[in-house]
Amino acid sequence: MKNRSMRPLSVIARTACDMYAWFMVAFGAYVIVHGDITPGGGFQGGAICATFLALMLVTQGSAYVSAWLNENFYKVCLFLGLFMFIGFGLMGLGWAMDGTLMLNWAAVAHDQLAEVKPWWPPSGTVALMDIAVGIEVTGGLSLILVTMFRAIRLGTVQEDGMGKETGHDQR
Amino acid sequence: MKSVRTLFVIAAIVMGGALMGAVSSLHPFGVPSPEGCAVDEHYLNRAGVDLSCENVVTSIVFDYRGFDTIGESTVLFAALLSVMMLFRKGGRKQ
Amino acid sequence: MISANLPYFVVVVLFLIGLLGVLLETNMIKIGIAIDVMESAANMFLIVLGFREGGYIPVKFLMPAGTENFVLPTPQALTLTAIVIALATSALMLSLIVVLYRHYGTLDVREIRRLRG
Repeated sequence: MKNRSMRPLSVIARTACDMYAWFMVAFGAYVIVHGDITPGGGFQGGAICATFLALMLVTQGSAYVSAWLNENFYKVCLFLGLFMFIGFGLMGLGWAMDGTLMLNWAAVAHDQLAEVKPWWPPSGTVALMDIAVGIEVTGGLSLILVTMFRAIRLGTVQEDGMGKETGHDQR
Repeated sequence: MKSVRTLFVIAAIVMGGALMGAVSSLHPFGVPSPEGCAVDEHYLNRAGVDLSCENVVTSIVFDYRGFDTIGESTVLFAALLSVMMLFRKGGRKQ
Repeated sequence: MISANLPYFVVVVLFLIGLLGVLLETNMIKIGIAIDVMESAANMFLIVLGFREGGYIPVKFLMPAGTENFVLPTPQALTLTAIVIALATSALMLSLIVVLYRHYGTLDVREIRRLRG
């Protein structure tokens, strides 16, 4: 019976993917964390981190990724990011002086920066919410990719570990 | 079938002409009116002083207009939910 | 007259390319791609509206000495939300195309109108 799911690419493509994939996650984390200084932030860095799974799906084939993938990790990322985001917004109700909802209760103004010296970043909830949204968008976009990938498998499960390679002239 | 396609092309050209006429009556490129920039001037003047966050765009997204970011997270969740619902392998009772 | 407002006309041309793609194509995936092009043209129009001459990007401590003007930051913040919404609609469109292909067996729009399966 012919297997009609995604086949892995050649040895050159797989080796290049192995060298390269985790640096993309590191670059995405850099864009997320430096959200309050440089252009970037939560949504952009989360989209960069989610392309790690897309690269693995295209080069390694469906048999390898199905054996290796743990879907619950991305679900934990999604809900953890959402609860952190709403938690930081609602914490301003009790702790701040005026009781603000969703406004920046942890920020330190520019002229008070020499005296107060907080242990959190002085831009307040902007930096904290950046990290929360970055984790949430990574989990969400990876889950969309995994769900659509699992739905297009048309053939049967193959018996051996790796299928025949595609992408060059082997038939 | 051919006549319907030419009708579509003519309708698209008419709409393109209407859009170009509308766009040429906007403000000239690069010179917005000072009354329209009043809110942005307030954000630009106050963002580095009040919040100590130098990136004005990120402070607008997360602090001055934070409720819109909640709505955007909701849209992402709704997209994920509808994709998962379409590809469900439910057991149908025959 | 045209050369003063040239970026606006480029955005209108991009929108018309997407619109002609939706009207004249018969392959379903190409129709989905053309809808995405139209959404990108709308996002680009938002960014083009907020340009000020002589302005720098709105990050305050990166600016070189001597510039006082910044570009307007609010359209850029609204475009971030619009890009995420465009991504959500493309994901849903592609999933519907997969379900349609599984049901009818063809990707041609003219065949689906005839079969009524």
